[in-house]
Amino acid sequence: MLLRLKFDSRVVKKPVISSVTLKTSALINIIKAEVGPRKGELIVEVEDSMTEKVEEAFREFGVSVCRLKKKVQRSDECVHCGACISMCPVEAICIAEDGRVEFMDNCVLCGNCVKVCPVKALSIPV
Amino acid sequence: MKSEKTGRVTKTIEEINEKIKQGSVCVVTAEEMKEVVQALGAEEAAKEIDVVTTGTFGAMCSTGVFLNFGHSDPPIKMQRVWLNDVEAYTGIAAVDAYIGATQQSKKNEEYGGAHVIEELVKGEEIELKAVSGGTDCYPAKEIRTVITLEDLNFAEMVNPRNAYQRYNAATNSSSKVLRTYMGTLLPNFGNVTFAGCGEISPLQNDPEFRTIGVGTRIFLCGAKGYIIGHGTQHCPGYATLMVKGSLKEMRPEFMRAAYIPGYGVTMFVGVGVPIPVLDAEMAEKLAVRDSEIKTKIIDFGVQRRDRPVVREVTYSELKSGKVEINGEEVRVSPLSSVYVARRIMDELKTRIERGEFFLSLPVERLREGKPLKPMRTATKLVKSVMSRVVVVSPETGVREAAKLMIDKGINHLPVVDDDKKLVGIITSWDIAKAVASGKTGTVEEIMTRNVITTSPGEAVEIAARKMEVHEISALPVVDKDGRVVGMVTSEDLSKLLARNR
Repeated sequence: MLLRLKFDSRVVKKPVISSVTLKTSALINIIKAEVGPRKGELIVEVEDSMTEKVEEAFREFGVSVCRLKKKVQRSDECVHCGACISMCPVEAICIAEDGRVEFMDNCVLCGNCVKVCPVKALSIPV
Repeated sequence: MKSEKTGRVTKTIEEINEKIKQGSVCVVTAEEMKEVVQALGAEEAAKEIDVVTTGTFGAMCSTGVFLNFGHSDPPIKMQRVWLNDVEAYTGIAAVDAYIGATQQSKKNEEYGGAHVIEELVKGEEIELKAVSGGTDCYPAKEIRTVITLEDLNFAEMVNPRNAYQRYNAATNSSSKVLRTYMGTLLPNFGNVTFAGCGEISPLQNDPEFRTIGVGTRIFLCGAKGYIIGHGTQHCPGYATLMVKGSLKEMRPEFMRAAYIPGYGVTMFVGVGVPIPVLDAEMAEKLAVRDSEIKTKIIDFGVQRRDRPVVREVTYSELKSGKVEINGEEVRVSPLSSVYVARRIMDELKTRIERGEFFLSLPVERLREGKPLKPMRTATKLVKSVMSRVVVVSPETGVREAAKLMIDKGINHLPVVDDDKKLVGIITSWDIAKAVASGKTGTVEEIMTRNVITTSPGEAVEIAARKMEVHEISALPVVDKDGRVVGMVTSEDLSKLLARNR
């Protein structure tokens, strides 16, 4: 499961990830991190079975948590050229057996693929 | 169909066309043919299979359409023409123009000739504007109207260079993201991009041009088209085709306007070529696999015509999605669509089976092609324009540095260590900022450490581009050992430009 974590100015300086790991014994894989002086935003991956426990632990620290279920949207304009494939930091795009470009569920909505699509077929869901 | 002397299969295009007429022709796609040859062998495959459909669908910049608008009343000799604000070439007859796929709109760089062509095919309305000086026979000076494809007398797609046999793949050794015609290339060999459909591409399946020649009937973006000769830049191993077809017969699903970010507009073009299986040798060639088709990965990090080859690679490695560079796995993006190429091969196969598409005998074979000559230009190098450099050590005082700049009339001072190696740079602006904030110690405290540099052997255009991209006005010239040997400023470059004019 992918989780988006938002840290406000109170919690951004605390060692939250390590504390949650120690508390829950869950393995937390950081996919994307933006840390500023007053706020931070992380996308992390945790095992499905640990999701609820981890979410609860983060909330106790005052971190806001939401599950990322959506992935990049694609319109019929797609010509399956594959320009997007190597832009994806988490290898969520591949070519299926029939030659179509396929988007998998581990998309982190980073938007890198949206920027390179030559036919503007991709967008970030709102 | 069997030679009496040898017992081997030989067929003619006339015989195959007769079978198409009778509905008994046996057609397979290039992908199916590989399996057939593997299972039956070339001789049997040549006996069973009459036609193999090949296809490709990729960005082909060398694409455009000749348009004939018909005459207005009073008539006009169109000296400049715009279609939806995209300029078309008009140095031909009075109401003819050629709209090139890559020509960009005056108002929106992401819209261009390719979009106009696609919208025409979709039946959409296009704004036409034309101007003229006026003549006795063509008195009108300006025309503004709206046209559709139906209104045009002729709309012939004529593409000077399509369907490359193979194409160089691209990567980027530099530390910056590069936005190129090969797509976005990530820094430090972050990815590889490639074009072409490999084993299903038309020219890979008839590499000796036995049936692909002048006059070969083909599938072009859904229309019945023709090969009119070899393409421009046709050369050994990298054969290309010049093709034509009527825009009026084309279908939007087999073409697509595109914008490659940071580069410009281009057009995805769908080309399908039917290859008759005349004998076992042809069947053998039609069995070619991606693993046998090699190309080169070129380093776009070097911004010169002759870019270094990083390594050789096969299309099967490229299509696997990952290749190895310097011991590391690098992800690969194709830029051509095998999916649409398959739809083209299937569509062409259906048309032949239904008796709607016949094969043609080329009136002339394509020539082999010669290696390409580079353009005759003199490359101006940084060493010919750089000026003498004044340097300081990191311990130099800010005041002393300021005095030096005024004495020498310069705005940049590279900072070097005892070995003359570059460690930083200060500008007159850095000094002004330092004084304003009361920092009057050594230059080391105020210098910029991450310096953009050039080298004596770099082309001046590349140095100019670096200054433009980084919004700076000078570059220290550094030799291969990291020592500062000169300075190039934007003034040096503008003097050079003035001299050339």
